[in-house]
Amino acid sequence: MLSRLALRVLAPAALRSWAPSLSVGVGRQLHTCQQHLAPVPPLPEGGKVRHGIFPEEFFQFLYPKTGVTGPYMLGTGLALYMLSKEIYVINHETIVSLCFLGFAIFAVKKYGPAVAAFADKINEEQLAAAEEVKNDMINHLEQTIQSEKKEQWRAEGFHYIFDAKRYNVAMLLEANYRERLLTVYNEVKRRLDYHVAVRHLKQRMEQDHMINWVEQSVIQSITPQQEKESITKCILDLKTLSKSARATV
Amino acid sequence: MADKVVPIKEQKLMDVKLGQLPSWLAARDYSAQGIFLGFKAGYDRFFNKYINVKNAGIGGFAMLMTGYVILSYTWSYSHLKTERIRKYH
Repeated sequence: MLSRLALRVLAPAALRSWAPSLSVGVGRQLHTCQQHLAPVPPLPEGGKVRHGIFPEEFFQFLYPKTGVTGPYMLGTGLALYMLSKEIYVINHETIVSLCFLGFAIFAVKKYGPAVAAFADKINEEQLAAAEEVKNDMINHLEQTIQSEKKEQWRAEGFHYIFDAKRYNVAMLLEANYRERLLTVYNEVKRRLDYHVAVRHLKQRMEQDHMINWVEQSVIQSITPQQEKESITKCILDLKTLSKSARATV
Repeated sequence: MADKVVPIKEQKLMDVKLGQLPSWLAARDYSAQGIFLGFKAGYDRFFNKYINVKNAGIGGFAMLMTGYVILSYTWSYSHLKTERIRKYH
């Protein structure tokens, strides 16, 4: 137990020595490099292309010297040169390529915008889904922040709860103490009452016994001769009384 | 405007003066990794300009196909020469 106590005391010092960077503001050592990944910049605008295959920069490159028609003249001259010198040979494949190019240009012109809109829609849906995830995460984190703040506010009010609880406990203790006091009082009173009752009983019994004893002794002392004498005396008294009573009536 | 002196090696092709062209060509990196990086740089530049963009049209793909057509015509020119119409040009 003492070793554990010693470890607990030494733990902060040990932690500070093992990870010196952690004790001073944790956020400073991390994220020292520039963050490249977030937020991702949107896709740039594409390079412009004229007639499907010639970059716009070519036309701009020739514009200062030859004006607007320069590249077209260059193209025409080149084409005529290639045809006349038969660097480009006209054969069956020329016809095939012309048909194919015509068809390709027609298809692109007719269905290009629809395909582009479809691709854009897919892109937007993906972006919206990612955005939704991001917003959900942000909302969730904000709610967490709110609830955390609420918890902190609640923690401030804890001393009210603790005061009430302490008061309750004090009440309980007081009530218990008084109850036990009453019990003690009742018990003591019961014991004392017992002694008092015993004393009273003893007194009563002594009295009764004495009275009985006196009566018994008196009755025993009345001998039969005394009884006869007392009875004759009673009769004489009665007679005199009856005479006096008859006289009064 | 006088920019700071950039060595020939790091200048882009369009900034090189015509007289400096041989020395520029000589200064390029022709090792295996250099050639690979050169191709990769070209690939990245083309794709990031015409294909990996917001409103990419048919241009990027069409340019690639045109290049392929011209390249294959060049490779088969020695055979196509036999199908010429005229003998003397």
